[in-house]
Amino acid sequence: MQFIKPGTTIDFVSRRFLFLSLSAAVIAIGLISLIFHGGLNYGIDFVGGTLVQVKFGQATTPDAIRDALQGLDLGNSTIQQFEEAEGGEFLIRVEKSKADLVDLSDEIKGALDIRYGPGQVDIRRVEMVGPKVGEDLRRKGIFAIIYAIIGILVYVTFRFEFKFAVGAVVALVHDVLITVGLFSLLNMEFSLPIVAALLAIVGYSLNDTIVVYDRIRENLRKAGRKTYEDVINASINETLSRTILTSLTTLLVLISLYFLGGGVIHDFAFALIVGVVVGTYSSIFIASPVVIAMRKMKFLQRQNQKV
Amino acid sequence: MIKSVKLRLLIILATIILAGVYLMPSVVSDLPDWWGKVLPTDKIHLGLDLQGGIHLLMEVDVEKALSASTDRVAGEMQRLLRDKKIDFEQVKQVDAGTLSIVLTHAGDSSVIKDLLGNEMPQWQMMSAEEQVVSYRVSSDERRRIEKLAIDQAVETMRNRIDQFGVSEPEIRPQADNRILVQLPGIKDTRRAIDLIGKTALLEFKLVSESFDPRNLESGTLPDHLEVLYQQEYDPVTKKVVRQVPFVLEKESLMTGEYIADAKVRFNSQFGEPYVAMDFNSQGAKLFDRITAENVKRRLAIILDNHVYSAPVIQERIAGGKAQISGRFSAKEARDLAIVLRAGALPAPIRILEKRAVGPSLGHDSIRKGLISMVVGGLLVVLFMFAFYRLSGLVANLALVLNMLFILSILALAKATLTLPGIAGIVLTIGMAVDANVLIFERIKEELRLGKTPRAALDSGYGKAFLTIMDANITTLIAAIVLYQYGTGPIKGFAVTLSVGIISSLFTAIFVTRLVYDFIQERKALKRLSI
Repeated sequence: MQFIKPGTTIDFVSRRFLFLSLSAAVIAIGLISLIFHGGLNYGIDFVGGTLVQVKFGQATTPDAIRDALQGLDLGNSTIQQFEEAEGGEFLIRVEKSKADLVDLSDEIKGALDIRYGPGQVDIRRVEMVGPKVGEDLRRKGIFAIIYAIIGILVYVTFRFEFKFAVGAVVALVHDVLITVGLFSLLNMEFSLPIVAALLAIVGYSLNDTIVVYDRIRENLRKAGRKTYEDVINASINETLSRTILTSLTTLLVLISLYFLGGGVIHDFAFALIVGVVVGTYSSIFIASPVVIAMRKMKFLQRQNQKV
Repeated sequence: MIKSVKLRLLIILATIILAGVYLMPSVVSDLPDWWGKVLPTDKIHLGLDLQGGIHLLMEVDVEKALSASTDRVAGEMQRLLRDKKIDFEQVKQVDAGTLSIVLTHAGDSSVIKDLLGNEMPQWQMMSAEEQVVSYRVSSDERRRIEKLAIDQAVETMRNRIDQFGVSEPEIRPQADNRILVQLPGIKDTRRAIDLIGKTALLEFKLVSESFDPRNLESGTLPDHLEVLYQQEYDPVTKKVVRQVPFVLEKESLMTGEYIADAKVRFNSQFGEPYVAMDFNSQGAKLFDRITAENVKRRLAIILDNHVYSAPVIQERIAGGKAQISGRFSAKEARDLAIVLRAGALPAPIRILEKRAVGPSLGHDSIRKGLISMVVGGLLVVLFMFAFYRLSGLVANLALVLNMLFILSILALAKATLTLPGIAGIVLTIGMAVDANVLIFERIKEELRLGKTPRAALDSGYGKAFLTIMDANITTLIAAIVLYQYGTGPIKGFAVTLSVGIISSLFTAIFVTRLVYDFIQERKALKRLSI
């Protein structure tokens, strides 16, 4: 079986400005959405607050739950249907960061018990994060991503060249930005597992990019009189089959995780699916064009120095 | 690479057997007795999100511990000054860690400088004016007090949790005066938190006879008195419905440190539970004296600044026994007895983060995680077979072995499997075949160039090897950083991802190569099904 015919020569390189501007536009949309929304929709992991996951033995609606909780003075809270099991499962999020948050889940349980009757309400999960810890977790998450990028930059520079490292890092920052932008656009909750997903995306995107780079390096050695652009184009084409195949197998499992993994892992799987698609795109259309651009820049610099 | 097919076969078989042995305890619930004697019994440890339980991050208020310690030092200084016949107005705590001594005679400041310099080297003189000398705790001493408070808090919590009966609790001090507590399998989260978090500072104070609580709103309270409240709870909602004020003398006559034992007893008349305490010999003497001196007065029993009861002392109580009654349920009385036995926390604690997962959700998560793992894996297996035919089967063999290795390494390393960890394994399934895809695509290229199957295999593996290493090492770097800097879900994910990468390198390169070499050795390979 074969997806990509051997000897296929799609001219990726000459259309690089088209793809670079396409990516820039998508990233810009994400950034505008971020500004418009006033930042990401951070989950309680990062801003503090309480989250209670409740399963009901009878059918109910978010409005009915809100009504039952009215006496509690929960401030800014959201109630969201989570899974459509019998009766339904709901997430109740409370942003309040008062010191005695600990008691909040009991208060919620008490109020729901009164309305729905005892035994009808099962508290499945409670998460309470104080504002101080939220800040810590946010800082650590950001540092994890920055350190990962530095580590990769060093390794790729060591194994290849600096300009390749820059291309790889641009590609993975590109992937992270687009995924984050999409989360903002869809107003999805940005939680700690999503940071893990972003880092997995970084790893995956890089994996993909390195395979292409490896082929470029190999082909450059036997390039002869071919131009730099031609070598890169040929390399992308030669690895295209593998790039698509691996993305497909990874997507297969991620899609099964998305549909079968349950609500807790839903957004996480979504982030990974987006990341794999964007990561595959960027290793074909972004990473190598950046290497060419870096080379050109250096070339121009050298000419300027001569003049 | 090792050339001998037999040797490689042996290595792989040994690895598979070893993996099977390590995985067995996690899969089979009732192993025969002899197993534990010779073979490992470590199971894959399930995270709280998969088995249910509570995760708590708590902060010890070390300032309070320091403040208590400063008070004690103030007392010692007073005794010392009295012993040396140095007159002073007062020795008082300015704030946690600083003290000031107000002297009667201006000239004495140089005398106490020498005296306290010798007797209390951990306290440094900050300033000495004519009559006021101030001292500050040294930074070493401050650190020692803080560390002691944390260690004591950990110890007290461990005692309480042990008596509460939790299997495999984890209590660990962390940076920034924090303590991490993980209690797997706990259902009544509120009760557990109450038990752990109760400061349990027990005090006995006299109820004032000179000040009527009814005058609290109009009159001002003299310096030596204070107001504490008795709280009445609604038995169903657990909310405080009423607070009864008590005017008490500030000085605490006795504290809970003299308790030798505490038990739940039931009132013979109404069957109401109460907590009976036994004091140690020193405490018994103290209690004897206190009750003898204050017959017919009310003695308030105070726990964490709440009045529990204030009985009238009918007669002198010798023998060192006392009891706390209040409107307890049997559970509350039992928990109170536990905290009194286990001792007070050296300083109050605050809960910074709490995550509780019910056992039913944990089961659901495991089930769904496993289903998505199996379905995703099957899809990949089918896809690989459809695309690469017999070679796809070889890759699938590697994939199955990879799963076996990942799970057994988790058992071997006593790593904790979490829901994000399962997601990491699922992601690894997708990426694990990547190495084989790389090799197979290379082999196809070589075949197209007209090479023999044997030569194509050789150069395919050879050329793909470095690419695979480069690609996987970079991913591994990301995973290691994740592990190092990540918390909670990030860490669990990083563990399975890095284990998966390493294991897939072994299976995808070493194992598959052996399969081809094995076939080749039997019969010359004429055609590759790829």
